[in-house]
Amino acid sequence: MIETTRTIPRLIATLAVALCVSSCGGIQNAINPAGPNAANISRLWWLMFIVCSIVFVLVMIAVLLSLRKRTTEAADRVPIIEPPAESERRRRNVVISLTTITIVILFVFLIASYSSGRSLRLNDPMRNGLSIELTGHQWWWEVRYNDVDASNIFTTANEIHIPVGVPVLFSLRGADVIHSFWVPNLAGKKDLIPGKINTIWIQADKPGVYRGQCAEYCGLQHAKMALWIVAEPQEQFNAWRQNQTQEAVAAASDAQKRGQQVFFSSTCVMCHAINGTPAGSNIGPNLTHVGSRHMIGAATLANTRDHLAQWIKDSQTFKPGNKMPQNNLSDADLQALVEYLQSLQ
Amino acid sequence: MLEELSVFKRISRAAAQRRDACRAPGSVSLRLSAAPLRRCVSLLLCLLCFSACKREQRQFTTPPATFKSYDVTMSDIRPGVGGLPMPVQNPADQHAFDTNEGKRLFTQYNCSGCHFNGGGGIGPPLMDEKWIYGDRPENIYSTIVEGRPNGMPSFRQKIPDGQVQQLVAYVRSMSGQLRKDVAPTRNDSMNARRSEQRTERKTPQQTTAPPQ
Repeated sequence: MIETTRTIPRLIATLAVALCVSSCGGIQNAINPAGPNAANISRLWWLMFIVCSIVFVLVMIAVLLSLRKRTTEAADRVPIIEPPAESERRRRNVVISLTTITIVILFVFLIASYSSGRSLRLNDPMRNGLSIELTGHQWWWEVRYNDVDASNIFTTANEIHIPVGVPVLFSLRGADVIHSFWVPNLAGKKDLIPGKINTIWIQADKPGVYRGQCAEYCGLQHAKMALWIVAEPQEQFNAWRQNQTQEAVAAASDAQKRGQQVFFSSTCVMCHAINGTPAGSNIGPNLTHVGSRHMIGAATLANTRDHLAQWIKDSQTFKPGNKMPQNNLSDADLQALVEYLQSLQ
Repeated sequence: MLEELSVFKRISRAAAQRRDACRAPGSVSLRLSAAPLRRCVSLLLCLLCFSACKREQRQFTTPPATFKSYDVTMSDIRPGVGGLPMPVQNPADQHAFDTNEGKRLFTQYNCSGCHFNGGGGIGPPLMDEKWIYGDRPENIYSTIVEGRPNGMPSFRQKIPDGQVQQLVAYVRSMSGQLRKDVAPTRNDSMNARRSEQRTERKTPQQTTAPPQ
């Protein structure tokens, strides 16, 4: 009996510790920084967390001590109206010193926060790196890579590739309502406001995949408005960019050709663009290289054949309220369409 | 401390005395008449809150087709027996969400490319009282789906049925045919004209297409 009563609290404590540790690491975590901006923010966060924890523990100890002291006093004793001058002076000193310490701590926070804020500022050298235009739509991200060479400009969606160790300048726009761009492993939040262009720079020092999410409530599917940042070595990034700037590959097999016909003769063509074909609408994500993306539906589903077919047929079951309507295609047409879209590498 | 306690006691005693005074025989009738009234009002207020629930439900799945383009007639002359088909009600006419979606689609599908925000340019204006191919929802539906001579393309299979219904509702709101609480309000951007909600209702008139 004694054994069990001891093991349960121990189990709970272990679980609690495990739960705390579980949030370390991960691809969407502000205290697992992968770049200078996020490192700055997480340093500030740790400073505030540790100091506030110490203060909290000390205050709790003081409260408990005072409670204990009070219970030891006799209840029926007449309260002393005039405390002795000695103890009064001691108490005053305690209050003054604690107030001073509080003010000092707040000033330390102020200076730390100010210097962190300054280091996040946009510097002129940052403007010479890679430049990306990010537009928030309900509920997906439009990504446009700018370049001085017009043939290097291209548009993609929901998946941003960046080279490791290079500052990337984002100019943020809102197409409909206010969204917010937040990739916790790389930087803080910045809003995408309609009619205004905000800028933020990020840099990834470690290659990897980082998940970002809209951080400003923007409507029904705000929770499923995510994006991936893929940080990769410069050569890999160059190869990726080289591929993305190309027009879509021509439909090769019969099934792909049929799929292309389905694309042009149904609702798809009203909203989506495929570069190199007559499809040029910009309401939905650009699908020129949709087969090369890892996820579909703004990082909602893995880009597999099944998911793609289900998404086209009835995306409303995955993301109710999203702007893509249900499509009543025959099974053969749907298969061909998926075949074609998957071939767009 | 002790003094505070005694003050508290005095206050509570005074409150008790006041309570007793209320129970005096003279005040009984007053209490009886006031309490049910107050209860009634609060109950009504609570019910009022619930009355707004489910006033308008958003439907994201495509609704069953209401219109069939072959039902549409442009004149009273009809072959065979039987009268004219019953006029069809557009379900999107009843929902503010649908008319606003229609407004969004009107811009996104580039209807303004020809109809110029309803004012007309390459295509005929939509905010006036003149209708070449009929003003009924089913007429507008078939105009969008079938297309019309001299420029209006057919959007059959290009725009899903539900979205056509939303567009039909919005097109009708431009000349003030819809209820005020359903028609779209002002734009997010600058307004070139009064919002659909503030547009005066215009009596539709049949007209012929301008000579080309």
